[in-house]
Amino acid sequence: MWLEILAVIFNLRTLNAAIRMSTPIALAAMGGAFSERAGVINIGLEGMLLVGAFAGAVGSYATGSALLGTLLGVAAGAATAAVFSIFTVEFRANHVVAGVGINILALGLTTWLMQVVWRTRGISPAVARVQSIRIPLISDIPVIGQVIGVQSPFVFVMIALIVGGWVLLFRTPLGLRIRMTGEHPEAADTLGINVRFIKHFSVILGGALCGFGGAYLSIGNIGRFSMGMSAGRGFMGLAANIFGQWNPIGGLGASMLFSYADAVQIRLQTMEIALPHQIIQMIPYLLTIVILAGGVVKSRPPAALGNHYRSGGGT
Amino acid sequence: MRAVELLDITKRFGTLTANKAVNLAVESGEVHCLLGENGAGKTTLMKILFGLYQADSGSIRVNERPVTIRRPDDAIGLGIGMVHQHFMLVPRLTVTENVIAGSEVSRHGFLDMNTAVEDIAKLAERYRLRVAPRARVEDISVGQQQRVEILKALYRKADFLILDEPTAVLTPQETDDLFEIIRRLKNDGKTVVFITHKLRETMAISDRVTVLRDGAVVDTLNTAETSPAELARRMVGRDVLLRVERPPSEVGAPLLEVRDLSVASRYGTAVESISFSVRAGEILGIAGVEGNGQLELEEAIVGLRRLSSGTMTVRAKELGTGPDARREVGMAHIPSDRLRRGVVPDFSVAWNLILGSQWRSPFSRRGAFSRKQINEYAERVVAQYGIRCGSIDAPVRSLSGGNQQKLVVARELSRKPDVVIACQPTRGVDVGAIEYIHNQLLAMRASGKAILLISAELDEVRALSDRILVMYEGKIVAERSCDAAESELGLLMAGHQAEAG
Repeated sequence: MWLEILAVIFNLRTLNAAIRMSTPIALAAMGGAFSERAGVINIGLEGMLLVGAFAGAVGSYATGSALLGTLLGVAAGAATAAVFSIFTVEFRANHVVAGVGINILALGLTTWLMQVVWRTRGISPAVARVQSIRIPLISDIPVIGQVIGVQSPFVFVMIALIVGGWVLLFRTPLGLRIRMTGEHPEAADTLGINVRFIKHFSVILGGALCGFGGAYLSIGNIGRFSMGMSAGRGFMGLAANIFGQWNPIGGLGASMLFSYADAVQIRLQTMEIALPHQIIQMIPYLLTIVILAGGVVKSRPPAALGNHYRSGGGT
Repeated sequence: MRAVELLDITKRFGTLTANKAVNLAVESGEVHCLLGENGAGKTTLMKILFGLYQADSGSIRVNERPVTIRRPDDAIGLGIGMVHQHFMLVPRLTVTENVIAGSEVSRHGFLDMNTAVEDIAKLAERYRLRVAPRARVEDISVGQQQRVEILKALYRKADFLILDEPTAVLTPQETDDLFEIIRRLKNDGKTVVFITHKLRETMAISDRVTVLRDGAVVDTLNTAETSPAELARRMVGRDVLLRVERPPSEVGAPLLEVRDLSVASRYGTAVESISFSVRAGEILGIAGVEGNGQLELEEAIVGLRRLSSGTMTVRAKELGTGPDARREVGMAHIPSDRLRRGVVPDFSVAWNLILGSQWRSPFSRRGAFSRKQINEYAERVVAQYGIRCGSIDAPVRSLSGGNQQKLVVARELSRKPDVVIACQPTRGVDVGAIEYIHNQLLAMRASGKAILLISAELDEVRALSDRILVMYEGKIVAERSCDAAESELGLLMAGHQAEAG
């Protein structure tokens, strides 16, 4: 019994699944990192993922091309984020309230549009999806081949985006401006940095990343959209971002940890363990709570996170 | 040549006019002081020049050409730099990151930190602004942080520098260093505008001085042809006694007695068996360099901190625990940290004036506030103590430091206390308000109250106190009369017991 459980935990196929499953979470986490590094709390990641998933499926359905579907998903995620950033930056709405609003809007809108497009409530018909690819040489290497030799292209693009995002945030002038805006918008303003532009840019970039992650959910894997299919991954991304210290690479690590727990959990359910499956399903969430609340990581958010700033002395 | 000219600048915030048709001309290469009380409109005027605020009317000329400045980057482009009173630095970023943000050095689109560090080191060397470019701002001293602010402006090739109350956060040694830096900048051909309310600094550093009062220019003078007394008169609008008159007073029975008071702190003992008594009609001053246990002593006396040992009595009656027990026996407290302990910055003037008595008649009856009574009371106190505020409904945050402090003093003294604990009562307060607060404390003394004055300003302690205790490392190291020499007290404050004794 214990050996079997251990065999599931330390298993390359589990790791392969964990990397795949971490894709939308890590993208949402990086979306959160950009948004929050610029000072905007982003609870709406969940909704942006969902909109991306829906738009991805619709695009794929309408054009028959999964690539065009993915691009539409990215655009829809960015558009949702644009609505969010207009409310939070221009109208200075409370970030948390606006984010909750985005989530509710996303759920309602996608459910309704699903009926309009497909005349169905629960799940869409199959649409064109992105096939997994086998990387010629790598897939022949023993261990590594089993882990990343055969994966969805989304996984590789995600890893490239995470590295690119890290470089953008920590190694470019724009990244320094983003970080300064989230820490001390007034200081950024006195240095001639356009605080409003930086905030809009960061939030919308975050939304595009969520849109991409959402497209993976619908057309990167199963090739269908189903109601509420983001299923809390945006919130997992929110937690992974904090656990990862507002750093895309840290967020990826945290997402992998959560996904690994999730992958183990799914496999354990198929085994005959004398525990109710509901308890087993809790594992990733319990892990999240223990890590975030248990003080495993001492987090230090951007100093001006959640604040509003207006140039010209208005408050 | 005129580096900057401001013509007929007017700026309003709601009902308050911060600048009224201000005209200011700054010559190229001079150190020009903008002198005025807190709330006189100095900072507002310079924020308009720097593009942080927009003037409602008026125009700006830079290097004798008309310009429009809408945002700080316009000002930066014109060679204007500003060092703000509250530093605009991100603590968790490095010195270099703070300096270059917005004007980054990049190579192939990436930040080129090595070049930036070199550039900053060179610039720092040239003006002798000693600071480590790779250090995090949160790890360096306040004096060094100010140098980073100056570097930020110089890095952007500013040749017109605005320094807003730059000495407020500096020790005397650091102030001397800053003056050296300013002289070096001037020799290098830079123009400096120095905002201050301190007369001594104005006399020491400026070539010319423009005095502002209530948002309007009173006069522009050559520093060499004026005197502190004349400047003070223009600044406040009447003659100011730079030294207060302290007439003899009737000293009565001890009102506050402290016996063997000790207070523990996280790092050991903050206050070690201190004993003193304050008698009716007397001001007892406690002098000392900050951080020698004054804060802990203050908090212990007013009931905000637990004693490790010792007793305190007011009129020979032992005090209960907590601040409320003190209020009951007539103790008033002017706290050293105004914004944390003295006021609720986002509450209105009226609410702040009744804090601590809010549940008492006439402010509340049967558990509900009487707005009418509160407002009448607030209007009366605001008028009586001359607190300058837009209205009694304005948030206290919008008041100047001096007026916030007047509000605290007004609230505390209106309770008709017998014992006043006044801690750093004039910190961050302008000349007019200092004089006012000192006179209020002396009036309390004259009416037979006991006043404990804890202050790091030796001048203040010497001017007001009947007796002076010197505190050093948590202990009272000496008691002196009010005519003790400044040099002797200075040595005692620095811990030179034997030499001074």
